[in-house]
Amino acid sequence: MTTTNIKHVQKKSALARPLAVLLAVASRPSGLVGLILVTFHLLLAVVSPAITPYDFKEMSPQLTLVGPSFEHWFGTDNLGRDVFTRTMLGGRQALLVTTIGTVFAITWGGLLGVLLGLVGGRLDELLMRLVDAFLCLPWILVLLLIVVIVGFGPSVMILTLGFFFGVPVIRMARAATHDVVALDFVTAARARGESRSTIVGRELLPNVLDVLLVEGAMRWSWMLLTFSSLSFLGFGVAPPTPDWGLMISNARGYISIAWWAALAPIVALSSLIIGINMFSDALAKALGIDRAQKAPV
Amino acid sequence: MVRLIARRLVLGVITIMLVSGVIFAGLELLPGDACTAYLGQAAQGKRLDNCRQDFGLKRPPMTRYVEWIGGAVRGDFGISPKGKKPVSETVSNRFRNTIILGATASLLGIPLAILLGIIAALWRDRAPDLWVSATAIFAMTIPEFVTATVLILIFSVWLGWLPGIVVTQPDAPLLEFLSDIILPIIALALIMTAHILRMVRTSVIDVMASDYVQMAQLKGVPYWQRVFRHVLPNALLPTINLVALMIAWLLSGTVVIEVVFNYPGLGRLMIQAIFFRDLVTVQAIALILAALYIGLNLFADLLTFVANPRLRTMRSRQP
Repeated sequence: MTTTNIKHVQKKSALARPLAVLLAVASRPSGLVGLILVTFHLLLAVVSPAITPYDFKEMSPQLTLVGPSFEHWFGTDNLGRDVFTRTMLGGRQALLVTTIGTVFAITWGGLLGVLLGLVGGRLDELLMRLVDAFLCLPWILVLLLIVVIVGFGPSVMILTLGFFFGVPVIRMARAATHDVVALDFVTAARARGESRSTIVGRELLPNVLDVLLVEGAMRWSWMLLTFSSLSFLGFGVAPPTPDWGLMISNARGYISIAWWAALAPIVALSSLIIGINMFSDALAKALGIDRAQKAPV
Repeated sequence: MVRLIARRLVLGVITIMLVSGVIFAGLELLPGDACTAYLGQAAQGKRLDNCRQDFGLKRPPMTRYVEWIGGAVRGDFGISPKGKKPVSETVSNRFRNTIILGATASLLGIPLAILLGIIAALWRDRAPDLWVSATAIFAMTIPEFVTATVLILIFSVWLGWLPGIVVTQPDAPLLEFLSDIILPIIALALIMTAHILRMVRTSVIDVMASDYVQMAQLKGVPYWQRVFRHVLPNALLPTINLVALMIAWLLSGTVVIEVVFNYPGLGRLMIQAIFFRDLVTVQAIALILAALYIGLNLFADLLTFVANPRLRTMRSRQP
């Protein structure tokens, strides 16, 4: 299982360690590429509304399915909308939902996992059985049923995906806690009569944090993958909001006439997902966490 | 041994019952029922009342659940309010199509994955491994629908070799499917291969590094004999279970791939049914998929018990 490095608490400025980790990530070629791709997409998501050449929902009936040209770099789609503009904007909702969703998933799953790892006993046993049962259902079935019941809008999606992806985090955090909980400093804290919340907050969390960070980075790419898949199926983003999954789904209908309308969002989505994966791999190595590549969920 | 198998079977049935309960309860919580979907705009007052009477929706949920499950066991999933046809009629063709897709992809993908996995493990960190592993990771990270769309782009749009979208009717005879089905099978097999070969590779590498293989090496057993007699049997056994789990997990991928290729299978039917709020069909398909999933898991467990004598004795010694 995962090994946790016990770090000595250093009296340095709060920024020193994140910076050192980022430098370590960037020192690997794959990590650097990943970092660049992720930063590029995040920046693009922030500034794109200001720099797109056209309006994303502006239709021009006389300019439908036009190939790439100087006016329309990536051509136009079946409604005459500029594909370049829509591709630039297409990651915003996905990034917004998955970024907040990942933070939410890691927070609740991590806290619950650490707590269960510390407390153990009946409750721990029962909840872990529930987690196992939950994880052995096909993800698409579970998510589609949830989506059918609660619907989808950005905020509902954040909660749904955050909940769904938080469940496996419980298990990771619990295992990581088990590596730490028997160590002397936790015993010492218990002997000092520290409260449970203090033990979790001051002794366990700092030592489990690295595992959670790596877990979060990987879950992020899976969540993005899941979000895009749902959006492709028509359960993620409401049109006319541009989204890569939805764009690919639409472009599929006229792919033999206008392949550019499919290729642009495909390249954008793939580059972001690969970027996150490269980044999280390098992050895992930089933090010294050996995590075998597992199947999503 | 027999008791063990019986226990797994009972556990499987209980799981299916639990899942069916969750599915039924979940859709029961939804606003609207079969009648509001059936009548649409006209779902008011007397007509709604009559319809609910006809469909038997006025009885308590528990009675309807028992009736639903009882029917499902006999293959009767009720009547879809959309087409006014029995769900089982629509579902059975789609089920056949999904099974064809999944089974063919598995038959192609699993042997290929095992072969490539072994090659990657034996030539670890050298050219064959780097190529195979890099491609596999690529195929694993990219969403299924993107892989499938890229395949359509290359083989259908640019090269023009294969039809990109299935237009055949769901109930067409098998032969008519032949050219339509090739690309979906390739897409599914590709993703399947990528996932399974990673596991085979890890397993083979682990066993290669184990003590008894080193011992064999020190004894002077030739390399290939070591590989075939010592490593492979022990490395491949545990992957049986993982492979079945993987296939079951790939059910989700099948849904997406069916939608991409317009393939008339269960997955696409479910997506359509969700769009049309055809809850009877959604319930039926969700139950079938869950049962398929649990059945595959069960099958994998049993296969491992049968194939691995070590596991058998180890487990049965425990009370």
